[in-house]
Amino acid sequence: MTFLSFLISGISLGSIYAIIALGYTMVYGIAKMLNFAHGDVIMVGAYICFYAMSSFGLPPVVGILLAVVACTVLGMVIERLAYKPLRMAPSLAVLITAIGVSYFLQNSAQLLWSTNPKVFPSVVGNDGLKLFGGELSISYVTITTILTCLVIMVVLVSFTNHTRMGKAMRACSEDKGAAELMGINVDTTISVTFAIGSALAAVAGVLLCSAYPMLVPTTGSMPGIKAFTAAVFGGIGSIPGALLGGLLLGIIEIFAKAYISTQMSDAVVFAVLIVVLLVKPTGLLGKTIREKV
Amino acid sequence: MKKKLVCLLTAFALAAGMAACGGNSDAGSSAPSESSQPESSAPEADAPAGTPTESESAPAPAAGQVTFKLGGTGPLTGAAAIYGTAAANGAQIAVDEINAENGSILFELKYEDDVHDPEKAVNAYNALKDWGMQLSLGSVTSKPAEATSTMNNEDRIFALTPSASSTAVTEGKDNFFQMCFMDPNQGSASAQYIADKKLAAKVAVIWKNDDVYSKGIHDTFTAKAGELGLEVVSDTTFADGNDTDFSVQITDAKNNGAELVFLPMYYQPASLIFAQASAMGYAPKFFGVDGMDGILTMEGFDVSLAEGVMLLTPFNADSDDERTKNFVAKYQEKFGEIPNQFAADAYDCVYAFKQALEAAAPAADVSNEDLCAAMIAQFTSMTFNGLTGENVTWDASGAVSKSPKGMIIQSGAYVGLD
Repeated sequence: MTFLSFLISGISLGSIYAIIALGYTMVYGIAKMLNFAHGDVIMVGAYICFYAMSSFGLPPVVGILLAVVACTVLGMVIERLAYKPLRMAPSLAVLITAIGVSYFLQNSAQLLWSTNPKVFPSVVGNDGLKLFGGELSISYVTITTILTCLVIMVVLVSFTNHTRMGKAMRACSEDKGAAELMGINVDTTISVTFAIGSALAAVAGVLLCSAYPMLVPTTGSMPGIKAFTAAVFGGIGSIPGALLGGLLLGIIEIFAKAYISTQMSDAVVFAVLIVVLLVKPTGLLGKTIREKV
Repeated sequence: MKKKLVCLLTAFALAAGMAACGGNSDAGSSAPSESSQPESSAPEADAPAGTPTESESAPAPAAGQVTFKLGGTGPLTGAAAIYGTAAANGAQIAVDEINAENGSILFELKYEDDVHDPEKAVNAYNALKDWGMQLSLGSVTSKPAEATSTMNNEDRIFALTPSASSTAVTEGKDNFFQMCFMDPNQGSASAQYIADKKLAAKVAVIWKNDDVYSKGIHDTFTAKAGELGLEVVSDTTFADGNDTDFSVQITDAKNNGAELVFLPMYYQPASLIFAQASAMGYAPKFFGVDGMDGILTMEGFDVSLAEGVMLLTPFNADSDDERTKNFVAKYQEKFGEIPNQFAADAYDCVYAFKQALEAAAPAADVSNEDLCAAMIAQFTSMTFNGLTGENVTWDASGAVSKSPKGMIIQSGAYVGLD
C-alpha cells in the first residue's frame, strides 16, 4: 500500500514535470532552440492567475484564461524582441539570450510582486479521490494534470500532423531555408510556435501552483530545469516523449527518495538520465536523424 | 502594480542621484513618503533598496549627555524583509524611549538595507561607517552577518546582533556578540524542551541538507535527543530543487510512528509540509525553530494548517510581563502588527548597549577602539534583564546564555506554553 501511495506521489510530481516539458519540447521541436525562459513564463502565468483570483475575485476559469492570454502575448513579445533578431546567429547566442530573458523575467517579477511568498489557492480544490477506504488518495489536481497532459498531447500531435500550420511547422523544423523557398512564412510559423508554447506554460503554471501552493518569483526555475531534463529523457522534440519522460522522472525521483535516500534522490535521478542517454542518445522516444553527407 | 513600479523607479532614481551628489537629505526623506505603505513614521522600515534613512531626530545633547551613533544592516526589502523590518522597528522603539527619557546616554539610529545579501551588506556597512557609526547592531540575518562581522572586527567597532545566529558570525571575533541563541543551541534546547515536557518519545526530523542553518540545528538536535533518550525514528532531508513534494518524508515519519515532527527550517517549505501532511490525514505535533516565525503573515496562508505548531522562541508577545506589554502596545500602535522575536531581540540590544554605556561611562570623544574595549569588558561581565530573557549573560566568545520559552500557535496567534 505504501508502494502504491509512493507511485501516486511520483505520478503527481511527474505529471507536473510532463506538462512543463510539453512546452519545452514543442518549441525545441519546431524552432530548434532551448527556451530556458519557459520556466519563468510559467511563473508569470501563475502570478497572473493568482492576482486575478485573489485581488479581483474572479473565478478560476477566468483566471486561467487571463493567464493563457497574457502568457501568449508575453511569449510572442519575447520571441519578437529577444530571439527574432538572432535568427541567423549561432544557436549558442540564442541559448545565452534565453538565459538572459529568464533572469529578466525573474527580477521584474521581484520588482512587481515582491519576493514575499504567496500561497496559491488551488483551482480544483484540495480534496482527492479516496481509494481502499481512504488508505490511498489521489488528489484532484493530479487527475486534472494528467488529463490535461493527455488532451494537450493529442491536440498538439494532431495539430502538427493534420493542419496547414502544423505542416508549415514541420517544414520549418526540417529545413528553414527550404521551407521559405516553398512559400512558408518562417517568422510567423515560429511566432505561432512560441504563442502555443507560452499558452501551455500558463496552464502548467496554474497546475504547478495548485499542486504545490507556494508562489515566489523563482517558482518556475527549478521545475523548469527538471522538466527540461524530462524532455531530454523522453527524447526532446517528441511530444509523447515529453509526457513519458516527465512521468518517469517524477516516479524515479519519489522512489529514489523513498527507497534509497532522501539526500541522494537528485543524484539518482540524474544517474538514471546519464545511463539512458548512454544507451539511447536521443532519449526514450527520440528520433535518430542520420546526417546526410 | 504600475504605481508601485513607478514608485520604485523613482526611488532608484533618487538613490542614484543621491549617490552622485554625495548625500542630499531632501532625497532621503522624499522617498519613503512616496512609498505605498502607510507607516511613514517608520522610514527605516519601508524605504526602498539603497535608500539610506535616519531616525527622526536625536535631541541635541545637553551637558553630561553623550549621543552615540548606532548602525545596523538588515533585509528591509526582499524575501527576508519580514526579519529586517521587525528588527529595525524594534530597535527604533527602544531608541525613541531612551531619547525621550533624556538621560545621560542618547542614541542616533540608522538601519541600512542589505536585502539578505552579503555583498550588499558590506556596502551598507561601509555607508554606516562613513556616517560615523560608533556602535553596531551587526546584521539581522546570518549570511550577511558573516561578511559584516569580519569588517566589525577589523574596524574595531563593537557589535551586538539581534538575530544572526550562525556560529561563524562570532567565531574568532572578540568584539561581535549575539542577542539570540546560536544555531547549535537551538537544536539542543529544542530536544531538551521536548524531553522535559514529555511532548513525545518518538520524533521525526525533516531538514534541508544544503542549508548550514538547518544542518547545524539538526546535528545538535539529534545528538542531544540521543542523550535524553528521545528516539529519532525518521530522519529525512530535502534540498533546493526538490523542495516541493514532501510526501516521502511525511510518509516515513508517519509509518515509523513519530508523535512529533521537528522542522529546523524557514517557514516557506514548512507551509508546504503542513498542507501535505494535512492532505494525508497525518496530524503529529509539529515543532519548529525561529525560522518558523513569519508563517502566520504569509499572504494567502490558511492559518488553521499551523494550528498547534510549537516553537521555541525567547520572546512571548502575550506575556503578562509589564515591559513586554508596554513594548507590544507601542509596536502595535506604531507599526500596526504584533512584534515577533526579531523586534524584541533588537529592542533588547539597544537597552543592553544603554546599560553597558552607563556602566562604562565613556567620554564624548571616545575613539571607536577604546569604546570597543570598554564594551567587551562590560558585556563579558554584566547581567542584563530584557524582554527576551532574565539574567542574560555573555561569554567571551560572544554567545548569549538565556532560557527559551515554548510557544504554540492557536487560532492564528502565538500563545505561551508555560
